[in-house]
Amino acid sequence: MGNILRSKRFWLIAPAVVYIGFFMAIPLVQMAYVSILERGDYGGVNWGAFSFNAYVNFIFERDLMDNLVVNTDYIQIFLRSFGLSAMTMTFALLLGFPTAFYISTQPQGRRNLLIFLVTIPFWTNILVRNYAWMLLLRNGGLLDSLLNWAGMETGGLDILYTPYAVSIGLTYTYLPFMVLPIYASLEKLDHRLVEAAFDLGADKRRAMTRVILPLAAPGIAAGCILVVIPCLGAYVTPELLGGGKFMMIANLIGSQFGAARNWPFGAGLGFVLLAIVLISMMVYSLKFKSLPEEKI
Amino acid sequence: MSEVVISAQSVGKTFGAGPDMVKALGGVSVDIFQNEFFTMLGPSGCGKTTLLRLIGGFEQASYGQILLEGQPLNDLPPFKRPINTVFQSYALFPHLTVRQNITFGLEMKSVSRREANARADEMLDLVQLAEYGDRVPSQLSGGQQQRIALARALAPAPKVLLLDEPLSALDLKLRKEMQVELKRLQTETGITFVFVTHDQEEALAMSDRIAVMQSGQILQVGGPREIYEQPTHRFVADFIGDSNFLIGDLVEAPNGGRAINFGESQVINFTQDVAADKSNDVTVSIRPERLDIVGADSAVANQLAGTVRAVTYFGTDTTYRVDLDGQATVTVRMQNGDGATAQFAQGDRVGVVVPSDAIRVLVD
Repeated sequence: MGNILRSKRFWLIAPAVVYIGFFMAIPLVQMAYVSILERGDYGGVNWGAFSFNAYVNFIFERDLMDNLVVNTDYIQIFLRSFGLSAMTMTFALLLGFPTAFYISTQPQGRRNLLIFLVTIPFWTNILVRNYAWMLLLRNGGLLDSLLNWAGMETGGLDILYTPYAVSIGLTYTYLPFMVLPIYASLEKLDHRLVEAAFDLGADKRRAMTRVILPLAAPGIAAGCILVVIPCLGAYVTPELLGGGKFMMIANLIGSQFGAARNWPFGAGLGFVLLAIVLISMMVYSLKFKSLPEEKI
Repeated sequence: MSEVVISAQSVGKTFGAGPDMVKALGGVSVDIFQNEFFTMLGPSGCGKTTLLRLIGGFEQASYGQILLEGQPLNDLPPFKRPINTVFQSYALFPHLTVRQNITFGLEMKSVSRREANARADEMLDLVQLAEYGDRVPSQLSGGQQQRIALARALAPAPKVLLLDEPLSALDLKLRKEMQVELKRLQTETGITFVFVTHDQEEALAMSDRIAVMQSGQILQVGGPREIYEQPTHRFVADFIGDSNFLIGDLVEAPNGGRAINFGESQVINFTQDVAADKSNDVTVSIRPERLDIVGADSAVANQLAGTVRAVTYFGTDTTYRVDLDGQATVTVRMQNGDGATAQFAQGDRVGVVVPSDAIRVLVD
């Protein structure tokens, strides 16, 4: 122990450890504690009164006879969130892979510029960007007007305040998280492997599916995770582009701490989400751990 | 020899444009025959790899054309050419097992899985790595990866196998082994090998014919013995083995034959047929081991007078540096042993005997 305290490395990482411990571990434990307490009548919790109602309420509700019956409302919100996240991930992948592939085929200087351009949306506040999307997507908005001008009688696009609008907004927000890891794995890809595939008789399509995609798989998986996880926790975009009609997990949790005044339930929902994410991450790491590393 | 497989006809390649334009290959023509181990030899930047990549289809020729069995290859992408390549870095697919690497080319040709696996086993036997089918490339040593790269390229039975400096990453001992191995594979499979290297020893040891290249041109094409003993260019003589270069004037020999005058009435007869478009200040090449050294008073014909400047003993042979009168310094390599002539020391006046067939008049 004395050795550890004297070592330079320990003191180098100490600030980070303290920061994470204080601002992440402690609140997490606190929330875990809150989730197993009784709710207070006017918000907050009754300290010291334990109850597993938060987790029970996620799946069941009490009917008039005080029997537990299955209630799928919350599960539906979870499923909707996963569905929307999956849709967003698919859009981001469909847009992001070709983008990353294109960038990786450019000369070095051009690549850096393009990567820089990909990250530009990060420079603008997320609220501003979402309001911008509202202006673009609303009936009579830019997209609607363009389509009408091009001769398509949309009769009002009716896309704003739909799950699609939410997904479009989320795709836009998290696209860089898809592009960057895929680009990183494509950039590392030895071009001679592609040449070898051509040499052995693979046309472009098969060189892509048999060599490039498998080798970019870790990047694609990382990109998907980086898109899906923040999507599951997305709050602002569903609120604005979904018009509050399409509640996602984060909005549900937010409402429990706010209007519904059910802190334990909000905290419990948070932990259910956390558990699902952690389990998926474990599955991912088990699956990709076995991938052989290329010996140079 | 048998029929022509690859025929390059005034093939040229330039990269870039305008002032940055680099001429990689300047209109070379060469025929490569069936079942031949053909080597393109030259220093880096001589265009040998460019020519190889043009044959493989990885680059498009700027002008000229390449024929495969009489058919132009120009517009055919690499995957449609019955030509496979062993890459310098091996380029084995890291996400596939050794067997999957070898069957890759067969699957692309829609060979059934059973047949492909049988062929893979056959190839693994051929490169003597039968036990390694289920490993991944990263678990293999450099030499083993090399063999797998060969097996993978040979599996689809290409008409021509291109090898891009495949031995350069191996250590010396392994390289010697692989040289023998490559030659064996070429003989056993009967496939035309086109081999690129900058290592003259490698080229001499393995090749049926060698094309010596410099600055995007092929200077000389010939068998290893021809290239070594009858170089046509100063570059060829210099690049392959050691050589002495002397400058002299072609003259009529007193007895009617050809002779060369090295000045100060040092005239030497030689036998080579020379198309004499130039007779003054021609360069000749003489291999050090062809020269003999004798006492200054010796009456042997065809000798040049000089003074020993340095003597170096190498075990199997001794090297003399001799300052020729009115000429440059030449190196004479004498084999030690039974027939060894008298020893000479620094400062001795000697005669350097030049056999008349040891002189090669160079075109430049």
